[in-house]
Amino acid sequence: MTTAVIEAHGISKRYERGAISSSGLLRDTLARTLRAPWTLFQRQKPDTFWALNDVSLQVGEGEVLGLIGRNGSGKTTLLKILSRITRPTSGWAEIHGRVGSLLEVGTGFHPELTGRENAYLSGAILGMSRKEITRKFDEIVAFAELEKFVDTPVKHYSSGMYVRLAFAVAAHLEPEILLVDEVLAVGDVKFQRKCLGKMGDVARAGRTIILVSHQLNQIRRLCNRTVWVDSGEVRQTGPTAEVVSAYETAMTAPERGSASSSAQDKTHFLSWRILEPAGDSPHRLDSVGPVSVAFRLQVSAPIRHGHQGIALFDSERRLMWAFANDDLTLDTGIHDLIYKFPFLPLCPKSYNWQLSLWNEKENVDLWEAIPELQVASPNYQHALDEWNGFLNLPSEFRISSEKG
Amino acid sequence: MASVTSNPSSTGPLASRPSGSLTLRIEPPRTWFELRLQELWKYRELLLFFIWRDVKVRYKQTAIGVSWVIVQPLLTMLVATLFFGRLAKLPSQGLPYSVFCFAALVPWTYFSTALVLATNVVVENQRVITKVYFPRLILPVSASLSGLVDFGIGFVVLLIFTFAHGIRPAWTLALLPLFLLLAVFTVLGVGLWLSALNALYRDVKYLTPFIVQFWTLASPVYYSSSMVPERYRWLYGLNPMAGVIDGFRWALTGTGQAPTSTLLASSLIVCIVLFSGLLFFNYMEGSIADRV
Repeated sequence: MTTAVIEAHGISKRYERGAISSSGLLRDTLARTLRAPWTLFQRQKPDTFWALNDVSLQVGEGEVLGLIGRNGSGKTTLLKILSRITRPTSGWAEIHGRVGSLLEVGTGFHPELTGRENAYLSGAILGMSRKEITRKFDEIVAFAELEKFVDTPVKHYSSGMYVRLAFAVAAHLEPEILLVDEVLAVGDVKFQRKCLGKMGDVARAGRTIILVSHQLNQIRRLCNRTVWVDSGEVRQTGPTAEVVSAYETAMTAPERGSASSSAQDKTHFLSWRILEPAGDSPHRLDSVGPVSVAFRLQVSAPIRHGHQGIALFDSERRLMWAFANDDLTLDTGIHDLIYKFPFLPLCPKSYNWQLSLWNEKENVDLWEAIPELQVASPNYQHALDEWNGFLNLPSEFRISSEKG
Repeated sequence: MASVTSNPSSTGPLASRPSGSLTLRIEPPRTWFELRLQELWKYRELLLFFIWRDVKVRYKQTAIGVSWVIVQPLLTMLVATLFFGRLAKLPSQGLPYSVFCFAALVPWTYFSTALVLATNVVVENQRVITKVYFPRLILPVSASLSGLVDFGIGFVVLLIFTFAHGIRPAWTLALLPLFLLLAVFTVLGVGLWLSALNALYRDVKYLTPFIVQFWTLASPVYYSSSMVPERYRWLYGLNPMAGVIDGFRWALTGTGQAPTSTLLASSLIVCIVLFSGLLFFNYMEGSIADRV
């Protein structure tokens, strides 16, 4: 690792529950003070919780660090402390360089102002100087594809246009250190990809980035190293692939594992794995076929005339393929539902299975299979990205000529 | 206020190294007294953007737009002249009552609108506050200053108005900016307190219109402060707006005596309010994002 540009040491943050849930009415404080005046000089009863507890981390120059964890695990709090929005209760951090934070798309936008005015306002709030915005203005508008609408108030924009402008401004922020929270999960798929591309450029330009995301494939794509935060503490730090898969396993285990007692008596899908071709990981596919995949199902009440659906989505939630099997009979016990594909021409990226089970007309289980399917097969497509399609088809080529 | 004082996470320095290298140190707040006015200077461009936004947005989608700035005090003056001037025959320091009243209404309108703006500015910018860092002090400062644009327009009308009444500006006009500055500091000082409290207790938002109403009655807007008995004059001067309005009227028309004693009391009290407001706001700043 090169020199650390972000160094956090033993950061803890305590919140008062009341302080964040409601703004507190003067009446309550007054009433309490009148009833028991001494409380005014006392510490409040500890109605507090620790959003972060002794978190330390180091980020090297030019590193793209992923931050993952469940909702409420403290990722955003950590980002807010590093971007100075709130201050730690204890611990310290040192940041060397200009920091820009992107916790929301469209920070500071005002509906009554035009696109141009908002670009300036939002840019200034995010930390750009007026000169800088003027210099990049045309680029921003072109990126947002809003050339015709720059002088229209943004309240007349569609939500897509709004988001595009907002992101375009943010994407042109050029701090040395960028802190990003989940903002890429916006806009239509095409624009989302453009943003990801821009983020990639930023990362390659040697800037340091901390990225919080729930979209694990995004983390995989962009981050070298990942920190997993759990209940306000760092659970694991390391290379992205390692940490993300440990996280995925942990996320699946408590809800889907057969050990869980509460789920014991319900009919539900337990897990999935690739049977063929056998590889290092049961969730990674490194050829286009033949492929067989097994979905493990626990049945606690017999199913008669059941339907079983399967769907495959890509990481941008486009349906790749779906199918259903009807008139199933399943007795209680554990079953492996095995799908065999002579050929599965998927592009090398991540996909998601969705499994469903119906008893007559009643839905018994709907499962977004975890972990994702990672496809790592060779790419048989055009060398240029923009000519990559849905299918990863190997092709043979020959020239057959007739004598003229 | 127990919850205020028991919360340790508030202000503190983000001391940057004296050398050119940009290093931020993020620490828990330690002491009360950590004014970072030089940081405010660093963010002056953002301050101007906030003021610009306020002015730009204020009269959007209104039919008569910026004319409201003039219509409001003008109508108030007409009504006051009718009731207080003609019917109640309040003394007006030898000036036509309309001039007497209008000269007070222009700074007063600035004061009352800016105070309401400043009170709500933190709560209204809640989304920005919780999403990005900048010195929070910018918000009440921008609210106190953005009203000056309106004031400027009102002031031009006032000048024309007094001139039309045959009152020629005296040398005292040169002192007018001082009184305006005093008004700005009053707004800022009180606004700092109220905006930070408003982030804690939304009651403040409902309280402010009352405060403004009482404050109008306690200020020499419609009546002359000479009606206040001499021995209570210093007490009256504890209302900084008394000093501002008396001084403003005196500077504009050049009639009457310089309101020296009122002015001294007013200046003193403004200094105290402003200084304590800065401390309180600063103390709250670190936790404002968590509380608002």
